[in-house]
Amino acid sequence: MHIPVEGFMYPNEVELQWSVLIVLYPFITGLVAGAFILASLERVFRVQAVKPTYRLALLTALSFLLVAPLPLQLHLGHPERSLEMYLTPHRSSAMAMFGFVYLWYLMAVLLLEIWLDYRRDIVLKAQTSTGIFRNIYRALTLGSMNISERSLHIDERVGYFITLIGVPSAFLLHGYVGFIFGSVKANPWWSSPLMPIVFIFSAMVSGIAAVMLLYMISSHLRGKTIDIGCLDKIAQYLLYIFVIDFSLEMLDLLQRIYEADESFRSLDFMVHTRLWTSQVIIQILLGTVTPIALLGLTQMFRFNARVRKRMYAVAGCLTVIGIFAMRWNVVIGGQLFSKSFLGYTTYKMGFATREGLLTAIILVLLPFFILWVLVKLLPPWPDADSTAASGATPAHGTS
Amino acid sequence: MDPTRRRLLILLPAAAAAWKYVLAGTPEAAPGYKLSEHWWGMLIDIPKCIGCGSCSRACTEENDVPEGYYRTWIERYHVADWKIERPDVESPDGGKQGFPPSEDFGGKNFFVPKLCNHCADSPCTQVCPVGATFVTPDGVVLVDKAYCLGCRYCVQACPYGCRFINPKTNTAEKCSLCYHRITKGLTTACCEVCPTGARQLADLKNPKDPIHEYLKTHTVQVLKPHMATGSKVFYNGMDGSVR
Amino acid sequence: MFRDIEHLIRLAVVMAIVLIGFIVLRSAVVPRSFGQYGHYRGAAIAEVAARAPVFAGHEVCEACHAEVVEQKKVGRHVVIPCETCHAAQGRHADDPASVKPEKLDTAVLCARCHERNSAKPKSFPQVVSAEHSSGLACDTCHQPHRPKIEAQAELKRPEARR
Repeated sequence: MHIPVEGFMYPNEVELQWSVLIVLYPFITGLVAGAFILASLERVFRVQAVKPTYRLALLTALSFLLVAPLPLQLHLGHPERSLEMYLTPHRSSAMAMFGFVYLWYLMAVLLLEIWLDYRRDIVLKAQTSTGIFRNIYRALTLGSMNISERSLHIDERVGYFITLIGVPSAFLLHGYVGFIFGSVKANPWWSSPLMPIVFIFSAMVSGIAAVMLLYMISSHLRGKTIDIGCLDKIAQYLLYIFVIDFSLEMLDLLQRIYEADESFRSLDFMVHTRLWTSQVIIQILLGTVTPIALLGLTQMFRFNARVRKRMYAVAGCLTVIGIFAMRWNVVIGGQLFSKSFLGYTTYKMGFATREGLLTAIILVLLPFFILWVLVKLLPPWPDADSTAASGATPAHGTS
Repeated sequence: MDPTRRRLLILLPAAAAAWKYVLAGTPEAAPGYKLSEHWWGMLIDIPKCIGCGSCSRACTEENDVPEGYYRTWIERYHVADWKIERPDVESPDGGKQGFPPSEDFGGKNFFVPKLCNHCADSPCTQVCPVGATFVTPDGVVLVDKAYCLGCRYCVQACPYGCRFINPKTNTAEKCSLCYHRITKGLTTACCEVCPTGARQLADLKNPKDPIHEYLKTHTVQVLKPHMATGSKVFYNGMDGSVR
Repeated sequence: MFRDIEHLIRLAVVMAIVLIGFIVLRSAVVPRSFGQYGHYRGAAIAEVAARAPVFAGHEVCEACHAEVVEQKKVGRHVVIPCETCHAAQGRHADDPASVKPEKLDTAVLCARCHERNSAKPKSFPQVVSAEHSSGLACDTCHQPHRPKIEAQAELKRPEARR
């Protein structure tokens, strides 16, 4: 496969090391962290308005978190050796430590929080359902059928505590991914103390936008009215965090332009040529400025509910696309220029190959199938018929 | 024993000792090699390099390096007048077949051989998630290809671009300073074939090694000193334009 | 009280079992020599060192080819190791009778070092081969082991000088 090179690249640099799958990885973990932050807005920060999306946000986070290791496994030269990262983790390696952060977040935070929040529903379903589902629910109860007021209260307290440590854990989850890039001193496009912070804020933006869109789509599919107050609140938080995210990225850019160090000319040329479409057009103009403008307008002017919903939907879609473009520009962009600052290479993405576009598309769609299964198994809707019969509210509502 | 081999063993203790083990089918490090007695590096004398490409070709043959990847390579620099921040650099096929004639535009032209710098504070070994690449006690950065996951983090972390993924083994690979030769008293393949002596293996822990005197009497540099990698490949007469 | 936290205790037990299982797995699977010298498989050092050399090294060549050593001694090519031109001869040194080195094509070989190039040191002997030998192979006039052309009588192929 001939790869066109412009200028001079070190001979081993011509072929890109990290493909679109490595772009997907921070995108997916970002959605996880962002969705979780949205869920914690209600649980920890007591923003009641977003309660309708609480469970949906958690299930979304879980679906994406389960898919997150797949692009990594497909990328490895020896995926069968990947357990080595847990058996002999190299403590100085951000990648190795991240394996444990991921595991911690999955086991100790997300799964635990979902289990505790849903436990009452799981026990009821274990008692009322039939066939294979009965076995699944019974397994999920871990053998305990106790849903007394006291036990549910304990669940709620423990769950609160878990969400509390879950918030910094979510920051750690995605901040670490930022650090994996930001700590590479060899690469000036990546090396920056701002990286973990930019990654965290863009993760929150993408996760919140994704849950907002999923909420709108699922309500539409189920034929239920959208709680417009909830949507307004989500959009408001999305706007605030987006402004912070944009400011951070602009700060990085302005500093680079002003200081114009050794790498600047090379990077500047790269942005103006190879990354023009993905960075300037898609990430900045369409993916950041436009959604901020749309969301800003909804805060400044009083549009009617229908128009607001349309604006939120457009803003949400553009946001998610824009954050994907941001990951692309970081990962792929960081490999397009030579570390000699004298040349550029090209990314040749395959289609039906192990690390190709088709694989990437399948991996992006997979979490939605998992979410669909989870939603069937553990309905997240506040007006779910199965629990409405007993007239009870979700466990944590009693606090 | 046939006369040739007998002669070898009588005449050349050092090399013969190594060959004895090779021929016997047990080519492990010849006995008497102590890890703690050595600290390997290399000296490259830029004014002597003629860009013949012998080193890169020899390395490929010695180490079975796949086509299109380079454990060592040579770059040709053309620096126009005072523009040392914007040199013209090329490395056709890593310089393996030499370089095509280039017009002398009146600037400065020279060759720079490059390889793994076997950094004492190596950033590539720092980022390896499992410990598949490491600095040996005698100062050589090696890859354990039975343990490497092929995650490519080390390739990203190397500031010098000396690492690659071998498409046959799907593991990281790079110059090993011909570890299998230097532990047997031989020199590296690239140093062996260099016709002008531009490349020389150096044992920084050996007080008799000429490198010590050389470092005292010549102006030497390392590549990208601001990266503070503890590089042990020293370049004599390296121009400021070298990336 | 216990009944109300029973589910949490069951969960803790499950997690403990998984953790213990992991520790057991670890002691079984992690290679023995790991950590011997540092955070890596100590055995890897010997594995890398065990590779057989492909280049013999000029000392080994000189042990048998004493006449070439004599020839080179007086010329500029004395500093050039044998395998620079003759390529790796490890297998030949191992079994000289059966493994013969290939005949070299001087037109390609010599040009690598001696074809004029602006980046080569000015003091290094280099020619534009088209002008210098008008297409003739280098060994028509030069003996590679002693490249300097001393006199008519010492030329390798005197008929070429006609």
